[in-house]
Amino acid sequence: MSGSRLRTLSIATVVTLITGYSLAAFVAPMDADQGFMQKIFYLHVPMAIVALCGFVFAGICAVMHLRTEDARWDLRSYVAIHVSVILGVGVLLTGAIWAKASWGHWWVWDEPTLVSFLIIFLLYATYTPLRFSIEDREKQARYASVFAITAGAFVPLNFMAVRAATSLVHPRTFDSADNLPGAMRSAFLVCLLGMVLLYVLLWRYEIAHKTTVAQLRALKRKLAGDDGARSRRSAAPELQVR
Amino acid sequence: MMLAASNTLPDNAGYVAAAYLVFLALLLIYVAIMAYKLVKIQRDVAEIDELADRRIRDGADDREPEREETPA
Repeated sequence: MSGSRLRTLSIATVVTLITGYSLAAFVAPMDADQGFMQKIFYLHVPMAIVALCGFVFAGICAVMHLRTEDARWDLRSYVAIHVSVILGVGVLLTGAIWAKASWGHWWVWDEPTLVSFLIIFLLYATYTPLRFSIEDREKQARYASVFAITAGAFVPLNFMAVRAATSLVHPRTFDSADNLPGAMRSAFLVCLLGMVLLYVLLWRYEIAHKTTVAQLRALKRKLAGDDGARSRRSAAPELQVR
Repeated sequence: MMLAASNTLPDNAGYVAAAYLVFLALLLIYVAIMAYKLVKIQRDVAEIDELADRRIRDGADDREPEREETPA
């Protein structure tokens, strides 16, 4: 992606996030049940949705990698998981803060939504060590893709299982009762769009960074001979740039 | 002044502020890591620049004796 497009995406992300959270703070009405505390959901829920969708997207990229054997798809899958894990940390922390304010506990083990998200997070936390443990780059990419597909399929299954499980404790943002009316819904949707843009932006930045590093390494190799830039063992995919 | 502010703030405002600060902190950490990586890239570019300069100088040194041998 060219620099100007990245700049446009950055500006769009900042504008959307500021608009979304301004709407959430000043326009969206106070929740009758939760009061001011409900404002956490404009951050927590979009982050959770985008993180989970990111994991599924990583699985799709991994399918493309196995089909085409193009290392760029492996890189896309790797970066998608990386950004989703970062958002996952945010989801767990903001969720814990909300739980403390609402339930009086940082964590509740018998709540399926929390525990299932933690399981998914911990599952993806093993992705980077798995990659690092495999020295052969081709094997590393292939095994990582298989992992991303399997775990990516587990995410929606897990989500559906949790939805099917009856829980009266964890609130639902969207359900059949349409419990997010008017200004609340529009603020939430703008926040969600902002979070999607932020995810795409971070993903693009990291792809651009990794591609630039690969190009620099190739240049160094050309100038200094093969010994100039010997690649170290790494969890990150290695792009072959001529 | 502080008393007035605490009277106007809604209940649990501290928790809401904490959640948004966590998000901001995550973003700042990410930006800091990216900045560190950018410094590494700049160092690599400087190294490549030096290698390219050395190559040009070596090439010029190789060509110079040939020029002396050619008849006028």
